[in-house]
Amino acid sequence: MKETSGRRRFLKSAAALGAAIPAGAAAQSKPAPNVDHDKQRAQHMRAAAAQPRPYMFLSQTEVAFLDAAVSHLIPKDELGPGAKEAGVTYFIDQQLFGGYGSMAKKYTQGPWPEGTPQQGYQSPLTPAAVYRAGIRDTNEYCKKTHGKTFDALSRAQQEEVLKGLDGGKIELEQVRSQFFFNMLLANTVEGFFADPVYGGNRDKAGWKLVGFPGVAAVYTPFIEKHNVPYRAQPVSIADITQKIAQVDEHGHAIHVMLDDDQAGV
Amino acid sequence: MATKLKGVDVVTVGVGLTATILAQELAATGLKVVGLERGRWRDTDPDFAMPGAHDELKYVRRHELMQDLSKETITFRNNANELALPMRDLGSFRPGEGVGGAAVHWGAVTWRFFPWDFQTKTKTLERYGPKQVAEDCTMQDWGVTYEELEPHFDRFEYLYGVSGKAGNLKGKIVEGGNRFEGPRSREFPNPPLKTPHSSALFARAAQSLSYKTFPVPSAANSRAYKNEYGQTINACVYCGYCQFFACEMGAKASPQTTVLPVLMQNKNFELRTMCNVVKVNLDSEKKRAVSVTYVDSRGREFEQPAELILLTSYVLNNCRLMLLSGIGKPYDPVANTGVVGRNYAYQTPSNVNLFFDDKVLNGFMGAGGNATGIDDFNGDNFDHTGLGFIGGGNINCGSGATRPIEVRPVPPGTPRWGSEWKKAVAKYFTRSCSIAIQGACQSYRGNYLDLDPTYRDAYGLPLLRMTFDRRENEHKMSVYITNKAAEIGKAMGASKMNVNPRTGKYTIVPYQSTHNTGGTVMGADPNTSVVNKYLQSWDVHNVFAISAGAFPQNGGYNPTGTVGALTFQALEAIKTKYLKRPGALV
Repeated sequence: MKETSGRRRFLKSAAALGAAIPAGAAAQSKPAPNVDHDKQRAQHMRAAAAQPRPYMFLSQTEVAFLDAAVSHLIPKDELGPGAKEAGVTYFIDQQLFGGYGSMAKKYTQGPWPEGTPQQGYQSPLTPAAVYRAGIRDTNEYCKKTHGKTFDALSRAQQEEVLKGLDGGKIELEQVRSQFFFNMLLANTVEGFFADPVYGGNRDKAGWKLVGFPGVAAVYTPFIEKHNVPYRAQPVSIADITQKIAQVDEHGHAIHVMLDDDQAGV
Repeated sequence: MATKLKGVDVVTVGVGLTATILAQELAATGLKVVGLERGRWRDTDPDFAMPGAHDELKYVRRHELMQDLSKETITFRNNANELALPMRDLGSFRPGEGVGGAAVHWGAVTWRFFPWDFQTKTKTLERYGPKQVAEDCTMQDWGVTYEELEPHFDRFEYLYGVSGKAGNLKGKIVEGGNRFEGPRSREFPNPPLKTPHSSALFARAAQSLSYKTFPVPSAANSRAYKNEYGQTINACVYCGYCQFFACEMGAKASPQTTVLPVLMQNKNFELRTMCNVVKVNLDSEKKRAVSVTYVDSRGREFEQPAELILLTSYVLNNCRLMLLSGIGKPYDPVANTGVVGRNYAYQTPSNVNLFFDDKVLNGFMGAGGNATGIDDFNGDNFDHTGLGFIGGGNINCGSGATRPIEVRPVPPGTPRWGSEWKKAVAKYFTRSCSIAIQGACQSYRGNYLDLDPTYRDAYGLPLLRMTFDRRENEHKMSVYITNKAAEIGKAMGASKMNVNPRTGKYTIVPYQSTHNTGGTVMGADPNTSVVNKYLQSWDVHNVFAISAGAFPQNGGYNPTGTVGALTFQALEAIKTKYLKRPGALV
C-alpha cells in the first residue's frame, strides 16, 4: 500500500515536472495533468532505473555491504525510500572514485601520529582506503562471529554490527571502527540529501522527505509569509540544465507548488 | 633561481576584501599596483552562475571556494605540551582561496565593534579592577579608538551597501536600531532585510523579556544599490545559499560586485593569479622590504620588487608570512617576549536549536545576516560584577542556513541514524531554527601562532602552528549567555530545545566560524603589538599587515565590518602620510 502511494506520488510529480509550463507562469500555478505524457515519462524513468549503474570504485562485495549498511542508517519506511533506494551506494562509489576519495584538497603528508580527538582526521588512509579496509575488516568480523559476510546476515544481526561499529565495541584491524562508521554515516547523509547530479537522492527522495525545494526560487514574495508551509516540487540542477524545470531571468527555479496530497505532509 | 622582475610601487599579497579596496584607491593615485593571488580568477559569471551555484555538496562539504589544504594548511594543538598535527581537512574555520578570498563565501554579517572593544583593557580595569581578569589574559587596547574609525566604518558600509537600521545617530538613540552601538554619522545605506518567521518570533519573545531587538546588519543588499565606484549590487532574493556560497545574484556584496569590475579597468593595476607569495625579502639592515618572492602555477619563481608591500591575505597567512620573512620578533610564550604570533584568539560561538510542533519556519529561505538580534549581553553592555568573566556576545535568530546535508537539527535524545532519526529530520526540517551567539574570546599567554618544526607546505616551507584553547572566562561566558538565549527560546514557544553552550576543549573539527583573530596585532606599544595604529609594521616601515590578525582579542561580533574599517584606516594613512614621507608613521 505504502509502495503504491509512493509510486502514485512519483507519477504525479513526474507529470508536474514534465508538463509544459507557459513562459512567465506564476510559481503558484498548478499544471493540468497530461496522462499520455505521464505514462511515457514513467516508462522512460523505469527503463533508466533498471539499467545497472557503472560502479567506478566499489567491488560487488563492497556494493553488497554498502547497500545493506545504508539501508539501516536511513531505512525505507512509511515515510518513503531510504538511502539504498535513493542510490546512496552509487553516490559513495562516485565520491570515492573522485577527488573526495583521494583527498585531493586535503593535507596528506606524514608523519601520522594518531593525535587527540580535537585534532581531527589524522589517518594515513584516504577515504577510499578507509572504505576498502573498513568493509573488508567488518566482513571478516562478521564471518568470524556469524559465519557470513555482513550483507548475508539477518537485519537484526546487521543492526547489531552497525551499533558495534558506531559505539566502538567492535574493533577492526586496519582502521578504527568509529572512524569508519562516522565517515560512512556522513557520506550516507550527503548521498541522501545532495543534488541528484551526484548519483544519490534519486527522485529527490531526500528532499521530498524533508520538504526542501532544492535549487531555490526567488523567495522575496514569500519570506514574510509567516507560518505558511512552502510546498514545492523540488528542483535539481539537472532539471534546469535539461530544461525540465523553468527558470526566471536570473536562473532561479520557478517552483511548481504541490497540493497537500502531493506534498505528503 | 628566481627571475627578478621590474619594480612596481605596490604589491598586495592576496587579492580579497582588503587588497581590492587598497589596490583600487592606490592605483587611482597613479601608483603601479600588482595583486598577487595564490588562487584562480573568479567572477560572478560564469563561476557563480545558476543553477550550479545552488549545490550544497560542492560548496559546503567539498569546499569549492575554500583553501586547498593539499598545498598549505596549519598544524594545531590545544596547548604547548601536545604535539601539533596538521589540519588535514577543513573543519572549525574555512578560509578562502582565489580572487575575492573569503569575502566570496562569507556570511555577509557586517558589524562595527563597540567603542568598548577598542579599549577592552582600560575599560575593564576601570570598571571591575584587575581581579575580574585571568592572570594569563593578555587582552589589550587597540591603539585606535572607535571615534577615529567611525568614518572608515561608514565608508566601508557604503561601499558594500550594508542593510540595517541605525540605533545611535550622532549620539541620539533611535528606536528600532541597536541602541548599544557606537554613534554613527548617518543611517545605513540600505534598509534592513525583510523579516523571516524565526526572527519575528525571536523579536516578540526578546521584547517580552525587555530586551531591545534590532535587525542584524547584512551586506546582502536589501535593494539594488550603486556604490561610490558606480558598481551596482543587486537586491537579495532570500535564496538561502549565502554563507559558504558565492552569490549568483551579485546581491551579497563581495570584491567581485563592489570593486573588482572598476579595478580591473585600471591600467595601473595588474592582477596575477595562481601566484603564491612565499617570502617578503628585506634589505641587509632588515629595516625595509625590497621585494616579494612568489611561485607561479608552472613552478617558476619570481622576485617582484616593490616600494610598498601590503600583506592582505587571511589572518593566518599574514602571520605566517611575517614569521617566514623575519619581519618583527616572533612571540615566545615562555619568556613572554616578542610579538609575531601573539594574542591569537578565536570566537566562542554557541547556539540553541528550537523545535516547534505548531509552527513552520521555512529556514531554507533567507540570507546571511537575515536575522534579528539583541546586544544586551554583548561587550560590556551588562554588569559583569560577580559573573567571573568579561566579554559577551551578540544573540540573534535568523533564517537562510537550513540546508539538508549540514543543517537539519533534531531534538535531544534522537538517535544518530535509523528510522527514529529519519522521522525527526522529516518532522523538524522546516519546523526548527537556531538562536546563535557570537561569543567573544580574550587573548591568553598560551594561545599563539608560530612555525611548525615538522610539517611543511607544498613549497617545502614550515606550516603555521596554532596553539589554542578557550579558557574558563570563555566557558563561563558561553554558559551564561547561552542560557539567556534559551530563555528567549522558551518564550518563543519552542516545544523542544537543544541548548549548546561552548565548553570543554576547543576542537578543530566541527565548523564554528571563520573568525580567527590576532597574531599580527595592532597597538600603541611595539613590545606588545606587531603593527601600529595604521597597520604598519613597527620593524619594517614599508610593510602593512591588514587583516583581522590586527585584533588584539576577539569580539562578540563577526569581524568583517571592523576589518573593512581598518582597511580604510590604513589606506588613509598611506595616502595622506606615508606616500608623502615614507617611514615610520608613529
